[in-house]
Amino acid sequence: MKTKRITACAFALPLLAGAAHAQQTADADTRSAALLASNCANCHGTLGNAQGAMPSLAGQSKSYIVEQMRQFRDGKRPATIMHQLAKGYTDQQIELIAEFFSRQKSAR
Amino acid sequence: MNTRRITRRDALKAFSAGAVVSSLSACATMGQKNIGRVVVVGAGYGGATAAKYLRLWSDGAVDVTLVEPSEAFISCPMSNLVLGGSKVLADVTVSYSGLDKHGVKRVRDTVSAIDVDKKQVRLASGGMLPYDRLVVSPGIEFMYDRLQGWSSAGEATVLHAWKAGPQTVALRKQLTDMKDGGVAVMSFPLAPYRCPPGPYERACQIAWYLKQSKPKSKLIVLDANPDYVSKKPLFSRVFGEDYKGIVEYRVNAPVNEIDLKTGTLVTEIGDRVRADVINLIPPQRAANIARDAGLITANNRWCDVNWTSMESIKVPNVHVLGDATLSAPGMPKSGHMANQHGKAAAAAIIELLNGRAVVPPMMANTCYSFVDDRNAVHVDSVHRWVPEKKTLEPVAGAGGISSQDRASWALEGAYAQSWATTIWADMLS
Repeated sequence: MKTKRITACAFALPLLAGAAHAQQTADADTRSAALLASNCANCHGTLGNAQGAMPSLAGQSKSYIVEQMRQFRDGKRPATIMHQLAKGYTDQQIELIAEFFSRQKSAR
Repeated sequence: MNTRRITRRDALKAFSAGAVVSSLSACATMGQKNIGRVVVVGAGYGGATAAKYLRLWSDGAVDVTLVEPSEAFISCPMSNLVLGGSKVLADVTVSYSGLDKHGVKRVRDTVSAIDVDKKQVRLASGGMLPYDRLVVSPGIEFMYDRLQGWSSAGEATVLHAWKAGPQTVALRKQLTDMKDGGVAVMSFPLAPYRCPPGPYERACQIAWYLKQSKPKSKLIVLDANPDYVSKKPLFSRVFGEDYKGIVEYRVNAPVNEIDLKTGTLVTEIGDRVRADVINLIPPQRAANIARDAGLITANNRWCDVNWTSMESIKVPNVHVLGDATLSAPGMPKSGHMANQHGKAAAAAIIELLNGRAVVPPMMANTCYSFVDDRNAVHVDSVHRWVPEKKTLEPVAGAGGISSQDRASWALEGAYAQSWATTIWADMLS
């Protein structure tokens, strides 16, 4: 119990303290999701808090992000760039990314 | 005796309980347990990102020391706008102090040697830094040895400005000092080189300045490549429409000789181009510190890495990032990409220090280029791990370039500026 708790804690992400009690696989999934979602951070900010004209993703609902990504991918929502990037990710990856950002705190 | 024994046992119990309590309270304050020491060499787009994310993703469990000689970060992306005159160097300069709150230990010094056997780096000031894992994000070195007629005498006047900083400002001054009716020339090498669309953006920026201020002047662009390396439909249109009569674009024109006395470039086929301002961007390779550490493995120029972890294929425990790497198929040498390298390395190092398997990363790239002071165009791509080929490859059907709709280029200009401030914060705040 002691070892497990410390291990889980040391690698849980900030604001994801709930994951500290999850199974080891769930922790691994969390780390994978954090790495995957960091693809977006260059433009949308660390943990989804962007600057300037770029939309923030932190704190958006999971279903909203998933829906927007689908619309970009299918050409239903016009974009300068996201219609091209959205095609690079699988449905499962988009779910993980959306879940991750929905759990982050918005700084705005 | 009996009493003493019991006391001892009780004491052990108490100690054990105390250990649990203190571990848990360390846990509650987001873990102070140290799992390893990482030294990061170079605080550009790759190194600074790796340093920050190592701290962020390990909750401070990785001890990170970042060695960088510069006082502040100066961005290559956006620095072409300094040449055009719509920005100054301060606009593309960011303090490193934002990394302090993440617990990154900053050392303002140069790494003079890496001892990969003893796992330590030597600093120019004489100090030593031991590491469990090393991140080398060294940038590029210019191969002036390939340029006949070159000598150090040329350094003050024939500028590359391909590392943003004093040369950027000096090249801007050469352009503003040039008379109307003068000739500027820029030369750039065969791919791969740092920032594939960068030279074309620079041509647009110089041409934009000339068009505003010195319309009788000309810019000759000597491209060593057989065709546009990046965003051809966009740059060829802008050269032809916006900068007609100013930009003279020539392909298959690698420069391999210079006459410093007369200010003349000589191309491979013997064309001689004399100019008032010469911007010469030489061929490039991984920087000297990477070469000296034995990290260069391809064509005496670039560092092969394992794309799941960014670890050198040759030197264990050393991860190489950014332009110095032998690029994966379809992957540009860009600041955006280096940032992604930094995150992949950070995640992998945390897994490795914990004795866990590394998760292959996804990576994405976006490069904006300004065609004047306000309008920008992009190229983007997404890269996934292909297990059977053991590399990252662009995802087929994803990525692309800007549309030809000029109305969207103004919107992209606003996004490009926001991209810059956001990615600078992603690596430095």
